[in-house]
Amino acid sequence: MANDRPLNQMVTAQWLLGGESIYWVAGKGWSDSFAEGTLYVDQPAADAALAEVQEFVKQRVVVGPYLIEVEVDKDGPKPTSARERIRAAHNATFDIDHGSWTARIAD
Amino acid sequence: MVVLRNGVPQPNEWVRVADDAALPEGAKAIVSLERWQAEREILRQRNTAIGVSLKSDQSPLLLADDLDHLSLVALEFPKFTDGRAFSYARVLRDRLGYRGEIRAVGQVLRDQYLFMTRVGIDTIEPPAEKRVEGYAEALKEFSVFYQPTNDRRETALRLRHGLDKVATAAE
Amino acid sequence: MYRYDQFDATFVRERTEQFRGQVARRLAGELTEEEFRPLRLKNGLYLQLHAYMLRVAIPYGELSSKQMRKLAFIARRYDKGYGHFTTRQNIQYNWPRLDDVPDLLAHLAEVEMHAIQTSGNCIRNVTADHLAGVIPDEVDDPRVWGEIIRQWSTLHPEFSYLPRKFKIAVIGTDTDRAAMRTHDIGLKIVRNDAGEMGFAFYTGGGQGRTPIIGPLVKGFVAKEDLLSYLDATLRVYNMHGRRDNIYKARIKILVQSLGAEEFGRQVEEEWLRIKDTVLKLPEAEVARIRSYFAPPAYETLPAYIPEFEAKKKADADFGRWVRANTDVHKVDGYTAVSISLKPVGAAPGDATADQMDVMADLSDAYSFGEIRVTHRQNIVLPNVRKQDLFDLWTKLKAVGLAEPNIGFVSDIIACPGLDYCNLANARSIPVAQRLSRRFSDPKRLSDIGELRLNISGCINACGHHHVGHIGILGVDKKGEEFYQVTLGGSSAEDISIGKILGPAFSYDQITDAIETVIDTYIDLRSEPSERFIDTYRRVGIEPFKEKVYGSSKERRPAAE
Ligand code: SF4
Repeated sequence: MANDRPLNQMVTAQWLLGGESIYWVAGKGWSDSFAEGTLYVDQPAADAALAEVQEFVKQRVVVGPYLIEVEVDKDGPKPTSARERIRAAHNATFDIDHGSWTARIAD
Repeated sequence: MVVLRNGVPQPNEWVRVADDAALPEGAKAIVSLERWQAEREILRQRNTAIGVSLKSDQSPLLLADDLDHLSLVALEFPKFTDGRAFSYARVLRDRLGYRGEIRAVGQVLRDQYLFMTRVGIDTIEPPAEKRVEGYAEALKEFSVFYQPTNDRRETALRLRHGLDKVATAAE
Repeated sequence: MYRYDQFDATFVRERTEQFRGQVARRLAGELTEEEFRPLRLKNGLYLQLHAYMLRVAIPYGELSSKQMRKLAFIARRYDKGYGHFTTRQNIQYNWPRLDDVPDLLAHLAEVEMHAIQTSGNCIRNVTADHLAGVIPDEVDDPRVWGEIIRQWSTLHPEFSYLPRKFKIAVIGTDTDRAAMRTHDIGLKIVRNDAGEMGFAFYTGGGQGRTPIIGPLVKGFVAKEDLLSYLDATLRVYNMHGRRDNIYKARIKILVQSLGAEEFGRQVEEEWLRIKDTVLKLPEAEVARIRSYFAPPAYETLPAYIPEFEAKKKADADFGRWVRANTDVHKVDGYTAVSISLKPVGAAPGDATADQMDVMADLSDAYSFGEIRVTHRQNIVLPNVRKQDLFDLWTKLKAVGLAEPNIGFVSDIIACPGLDYCNLANARSIPVAQRLSRRFSDPKRLSDIGELRLNISGCINACGHHHVGHIGILGVDKKGEEFYQVTLGGSSAEDISIGKILGPAFSYDQITDAIETVIDTYIDLRSEPSERFIDTYRRVGIEPFKEKVYGSSKERRPAAE
């Protein structure tokens, strides 16, 4: 790769029942919090983690695990794509109550 | 391997024969379209029943002149998402007037079974790992049907207008 | 409106129970996600970015007040208190849980609603002109035929595993309010030379990666042959549509590769074999269904109502709203009212549960309890007496639903985009919100005049960007959101596909770029009544390109 920074990755998936995005914490399990997700610096380790979590797919706890790219700066880890940043925030990026007339009448 | 007819498991009397294998003596045999086309004259002479298996890109129109000789046509579902054979079954029944057995093989899932019986498929070979009991249940999930097909189920439309009785009376 | 009889009611109940069983089998491990996915999709259930999303069918865009209240109830009980009305006249809930969906569906079934075939490679919920039945000059009421098509297509045993999704729209006038020719089959109700009613089939239109305007494949299909001709069309497609490449699997690609004429010939051949079979529609069934769409008990009223005309003059805001948000009605003294779901800064097409309840109440009070959903993501009360308009407007205003912007630039179509959608490249809603704030002055809006601005978060084009006068398409550049602009599209009877303006803009540049396009139009138009689309058609794309990318270096987008 042209990029010589280490490629950080994380394992993400969704809960089967609610579909919320979740992150794999090595040795512990799944967390709703991106910040708690385990960072994998080399590809073999990331692949091994992805293989390990397949058991949760079989057990019908999670769906669709995959690896995401993460960059680390002074504020900590952050997904490299807009998509994953929005997923990690667990919500739409605008105020979902904006449409309520009570809110609108108030402003 | 079992086959299902009306949801009921039955022993499979048919043997699928590879293109390079000899036909089993005295057993009902299913051959590929290619083999049928290559060996048609010999195969027609056979005393035991013969059937042809169609891949999902092989139209039953290719068998239009052969259907009198065939006791079975097998329609392959290579993936459950490949729904061409639903139309092939209707072409066989409605357009070509085929009266022999139509069998669905391959990725035939429980949730497609009712549709299959509705378009004229008689028997299915579910994938080995599937629970066959579920398939029988699937046939009972609906009592109302909107589309007229070649099965004997009355449509909501005909029942609404009393056309079912008319048809019965005329028979 | 249509009411279920015992057959329809039993059927929807059985379908709900079937889905309950499918969910149970998924949770019990009898179905893998791969096997379950097409089953849940056939019932409108997606797995999106943050949660499951359920798309509920609103067949041909018609709702009763009772149904609207149920939608509000569901928004409160199973969602976060709101829902999103879509370009296919459906409603989407963004936050249901998988294990709640069977109960949610049972609630819907109580008011004769369902989520059947709102997704998946099957015949989707049929759409229609939102002014069906109330607009003058209609050859026939599209809702009657929409309902017939709904029943015919519901769990069609032969056409439930098509190469790709299949969308049908019906219109009954020369004016096209349903983007009819962007559908797999667009049906226009017409009369032949003998004065008989029938259908013109525009087959093989579509948006997405390859936008195509549906060609006329058959100019007249008699009404009793509607279902047999549909069957024949679908059969040809099911057998011959491509299955090797998802991007080439829609019927439009088959029609293009064979040519409309050869495609029509193949359909004709199939159709002649099945035309005189049980598929022939009995007149009694058409009459039965038509009886449900009988006009409500309209009063005899004068066309000109002096107090109403006086109010319009006396109150400029009211007058502006009436001009923008009402349509002419076939009955004197009545009008069809659009409720804009695009108030300044809102998420286009979103309504809260409270708003849904208010709309239901107002429809009971003023519109015989009838409601329509438009493909531009607004709500219509189709039968309002002119003399009631002022009261209605006052009440809508009180709940923030009286935005006078129908047909204007802030009446934006926007898909859910990257805020919710798993397939998205970029966000749509916040872009729409910024634009709607930029163009919030009602006087500026009416000066700009009719302008259709449509935003899709990816090339799937749920936000109809190809056919917006101005279209915005979200693209992905190395994980960041960019926006490509197209000009000159239209989904109406003057249908056209927009042309790409040039390199894409960043999230922070797109609002300015659109404003430049609009300012350029204002400079170029021959007179204030020349619409944006007409100016564009007269001058072409170059002058817009020059202004947007032209001289000034700062304006040049960073990307590409
Ligand atoms: S256009 Fe793309 S981003 Fe928008 S809703 Fe459709 S699939 Fe999602």
